Amino acid sequence: MMRIIGELAAILATALFIFALYWMNDPKTARRGVFAGVTGMTVAVLATWIQPEILHHGWIVGAIVLGFAVGIPLSRVPLTAVPQRTALSHAFGGLAAGLVGTAEYFLWLGEAGGGEGAAHLTPFRMSALVVEVILGYLTFTGSLMAAGKLQEVKWIPQRPVTYPGQNLVNMGVLALAVGIGVALVLHPDAAWGGKAFIAIGALALAFGVLLIIPIGGADMPTVISILNAYAGLAAVAMGFVLNSKLLVTAGALDGSSGLILSIIMCRAMNRSFTNVLFGAFGKAQPALAAGEQKAWKQETVEGAAQLLEQARTVVIIPGYGMAVAQAQHKVRELYDALTKRGVTVKFAIHPVAGRMPGHMNVLLAEANIPYSALVEMDEINPEMPQTDVALVLGANDVVNPAARYAKSTPIYGMPIIDADKAKTVLAVKRSKNPGFAGIDNELYVLDNTWMLFGDAKAVLGDLVKQFAGGGMH
Amino acid sequence: MTGFGSILFVFVLATFIGLGVIRRVSRLLYTPLMSLTNAISAIAVVGSIVVTGADHPLAIRILGAVALFASMTNIVSGFMITDRMLKMFKKQ
Repeated sequence: MMRIIGELAAILATALFIFALYWMNDPKTARRGVFAGVTGMTVAVLATWIQPEILHHGWIVGAIVLGFAVGIPLSRVPLTAVPQRTALSHAFGGLAAGLVGTAEYFLWLGEAGGGEGAAHLTPFRMSALVVEVILGYLTFTGSLMAAGKLQEVKWIPQRPVTYPGQNLVNMGVLALAVGIGVALVLHPDAAWGGKAFIAIGALALAFGVLLIIPIGGADMPTVISILNAYAGLAAVAMGFVLNSKLLVTAGALDGSSGLILSIIMCRAMNRSFTNVLFGAFGKAQPALAAGEQKAWKQETVEGAAQLLEQARTVVIIPGYGMAVAQAQHKVRELYDALTKRGVTVKFAIHPVAGRMPGHMNVLLAEANIPYSALVEMDEINPEMPQTDVALVLGANDVVNPAARYAKSTPIYGMPIIDADKAKTVLAVKRSKNPGFAGIDNELYVLDNTWMLFGDAKAVLGDLVKQFAGGGMH
Repeated sequence: MTGFGSILFVFVLATFIGLGVIRRVSRLLYTPLMSLTNAISAIAVVGSIVVTGADHPLAIRILGAVALFASMTNIVSGFMITDRMLKMFKKQ
């Protein structure tokens, strides 16, 4: 009876999960998706809990209470910290998969005492176990590193760490783990099985760290998407191990979501998918040889306000700088001030702007900017030549015209927002240093570009004051 | 092993459904999409419950309890932050 309830609950939960994602196709229905997801999860958890083999309820209650205690504060982080939280949740997902895989193996191996014997360790299940722990543990440490980099934790280097033969070392570590895994699949209950299994786990943990240290901030949207796919696949492998169709389905949904986002991010950075999969991304490239250095022209806040007020169309191009400065609410004030004066204001969103897919959209939505004003790169670019002012707000590489022709730069071939084609460019920039990619942005020295140096929030605050002061007529 | 074929079959179909459904997701919502799918894949919690709650040796149950805690954290924070973000899109 309980078994039948369990099976039916799993089918119901699967259907609800698919609906949850289906409703994400429109912001109007999306919240229904969360409701469906929560319902599906609750049904699945309760149906598992009531099964007769579950005896230690206290342990389960304790772990669930702790999960709430940590999960609730994690859901209340500022939206600028969402990339870190997302990376951290991939880490937790990977950890759970790795630990369950480890527990199941030792249980079946019988080494932990009173086990159920090694008859369960069929070649298929053993292969799934190896995949589960490798993906799980590498996602765990890899995502922790990514979260640390995003949070700018002191002892994790922000800049890419590279050394000669890095890919060889990385591939070697992974190949060793896979090799031991193959040996285990052939001899799942060997006397050395336990040690070999632990070695696989340790190698996967190391591989996760090695995979992420060469990554810099601008590659984070891609990396987070890939780690998302890994976390999903780890859950699929766990489903194979436990023979749970519910787990396989949910993991496949997560995995395909990560896969699609990875592909979109790769395209937006002009990287091939294999290039990213093999961890060859984020390599430090030699900076573009500095040619004749043209000087930028600095604009005053008053002058910038005047330019904006006289414009008919303004396109704001936000980037990571806006997130760092938490400037989204000031952006809203500027948006209001300009639209009140009859200026058409749009936002040009590059797919990899910020540190994760959709990062800019969420920040601007938080500031109550109507989402009809958020325009994707491909749709805004044809409008750029008719745009009076392009206001670049803490974005750098995604507007660098060098991407069109400079073959020696890491951003070569990356589709960009054509800010340089606007009649006037106003660029707000934190410092006078080059951007992440370490290359000069020639946008800043074009004849029609004017720079505003300073923290995005402070600069926007001053701009808004100019409009509020009424001295602009 | 009968489960072997049928579960791979489920995986392939689920991946196709996933690709079909995710492709239609609004580009505005990629960030909440990621937190939502993350919460959903924390369905791994059912595996952790079995490992933690069944009459297994202590060491196994400790591993299970840590996994259960990690999954539960993802479920709670994943669904809550997704809803928080979507609320911002909906009120417009």
